[in-house]
Amino acid sequence: MITLRGKGVSEGVAFGKLFFTRDHTANAVRTASGDAELELRRLKDAMKLASEQLEKLYAAALDAVGEKEAEIFQIHQLMLEDDDYQDFIRNMIESEKVNAESAVSAAADNFAQMFSEMDDPYMQGRTVDVRDISGRITRALMGEEDDQTSLSEKHIVGAEDITPSQALQLDKSLAMGFVTVGGSQTSHTAILARTMNVPAVIGVKELLCPEYEGLDCIADGFTGVVYLDPDEATIALYKAKEAELREKARLLEQMKGEKTATLSGQQIRLYANIGGLADIDAVLANDAEGVGLFRTEFIFLESERCPTEDEQFAIYKEALERLKCPIVFRTMDIGADKQAPWLSLKQEENPALGLRGARLCLARRELFEAQLRALYRASAFGKAAIMFPMIISKNEVLEIKEIAQNVRAGLTESGIAFDPSVELGVMIETPASVMISGELAEEVDFFSIGTNDLTQYTLALDRQNKELDRFYDPHHPAVIRMIRMVAQNAHAKGIWVGICGELGADMGLTDVFVEMGIDELSVSPSKILGIRAKVRAHP
Amino acid sequence: MQTFTYEIKDEIGIHARPAGLLVKAAKGLSSKASMEFGGKSADMTKLFAIMGLGVKQGDTITVNVEGPGEEADAATLERLLSENL
Repeated sequence: MITLRGKGVSEGVAFGKLFFTRDHTANAVRTASGDAELELRRLKDAMKLASEQLEKLYAAALDAVGEKEAEIFQIHQLMLEDDDYQDFIRNMIESEKVNAESAVSAAADNFAQMFSEMDDPYMQGRTVDVRDISGRITRALMGEEDDQTSLSEKHIVGAEDITPSQALQLDKSLAMGFVTVGGSQTSHTAILARTMNVPAVIGVKELLCPEYEGLDCIADGFTGVVYLDPDEATIALYKAKEAELREKARLLEQMKGEKTATLSGQQIRLYANIGGLADIDAVLANDAEGVGLFRTEFIFLESERCPTEDEQFAIYKEALERLKCPIVFRTMDIGADKQAPWLSLKQEENPALGLRGARLCLARRELFEAQLRALYRASAFGKAAIMFPMIISKNEVLEIKEIAQNVRAGLTESGIAFDPSVELGVMIETPASVMISGELAEEVDFFSIGTNDLTQYTLALDRQNKELDRFYDPHHPAVIRMIRMVAQNAHAKGIWVGICGELGADMGLTDVFVEMGIDELSVSPSKILGIRAKVRAHP
Repeated sequence: MQTFTYEIKDEIGIHARPAGLLVKAAKGLSSKASMEFGGKSADMTKLFAIMGLGVKQGDTITVNVEGPGEEADAATLERLLSENL
């Protein structure tokens, strides 16, 4: 067994024989041609044919993967028509008296090199587009059919890079996965693979070894590992994994689009917890009805400096636009175990009880105000709600509401659009907030119960400390009673209540939460469908 | 000649999609438009030339439009830039 490593860019597991695609421009043989006129005419015909193929591909891709991904073929058309590109080919035919094939091949090298020398990974990734259009013209020149593999058995496609046209023209019932040497997370191929739901691994340096061709292969689009000639144990492992994925897909098929409601008709909103834009695909794939917890702190933690209001706005806006469903943004919950060096926070004796959550927001007003401005600006592009973490008093809530009011007034004054009906809520994750939840409910539009911290603070027990495991009871009656109390206080004041901590995904408690009348459960995307099935089985 | 500057806000800079939109628009203009950045200039009807400038988020480009209807054409390009980049 040979194990190769790359990067998984499209999830899934693929089985099949490894098959390599060829770069057609590389096959172009340079020959002298005495007749430049003839070569230019051949070029013109080939360009016309290539252009027609691209139009057809665009139409086919519109149906297969939608407008956003199909657009690449319109871009290819523009590349094909580019004056500099065409001039390069024509000049070479005229001045060097070569055949059109080799002039196209030289143009491919020239423009591919231009992109590969740029310092931006996105631009470097465009070399594949240049190769793609050049290969298309070359095939047209040589009178070859548009890319088609004649393989009749299930296979995994290996290549230096898979061009978007290749990706779309592969027979999906036979091409089980993509493995490439080059490529990037943002390459059209990676995006297409994800859209087409084909497992893909990129960046496998040692892939194109001639003796690998035809070997049995397993490509793991999750971990980026590729196995050639896999042993029995590996095959068994992956067969099991495949079965598990199939079961999930089956559940998805069954539960997708279904209401999350009990047999007696009580509805629960089933939302997802996410840490950023990278999780959006998972939210969509698992059919979440919304996002109940967008952990905005990752935008701050992953940055080497303070992210600007505009940078934040762009992220929030993209999330709302791509998801087209309600999103509850939690303002930065930094502090305790989550630290950002540029914030230069003081070392604390007891960080879990320190300057964190809303406390930090109120201590660093300028950061908080910038985040609220960014969130309100984004609210014009979808259905946003905002919630504040680590609340212990009504005064904090009043202060926060006043800041939010000022931010809204500032936006109105500047004529910047926002949604005036953005709901404001608080996280209930301290025993103090549970005890005063009746009063808090008068001030906010919703509660979201953060069970991880609530459990830790209620039981005075550090979850990170392994030695405490025997004292830890996730279903401790104190915590369950607190949740019930919060739900009652919320409903008494007519506001909704959700759970966004780990307990929300605990299937052993789903029935209990349904009985309490919890309005929303927000869980990691992979838990959505299981819980939907559980709720639907509830009497 | 009409000249204006524009700061790119798109996360990946002038990438293929908006560059393609610009090229399509520039080809339909009655005047000639070029884009300057980093001491280089690119004809806005040329896709590779525009992408080759390597304009990233936060960079400011200068657009020159010259010819009949240059005022309206500059406005068209400026709107297109602000909507897509």
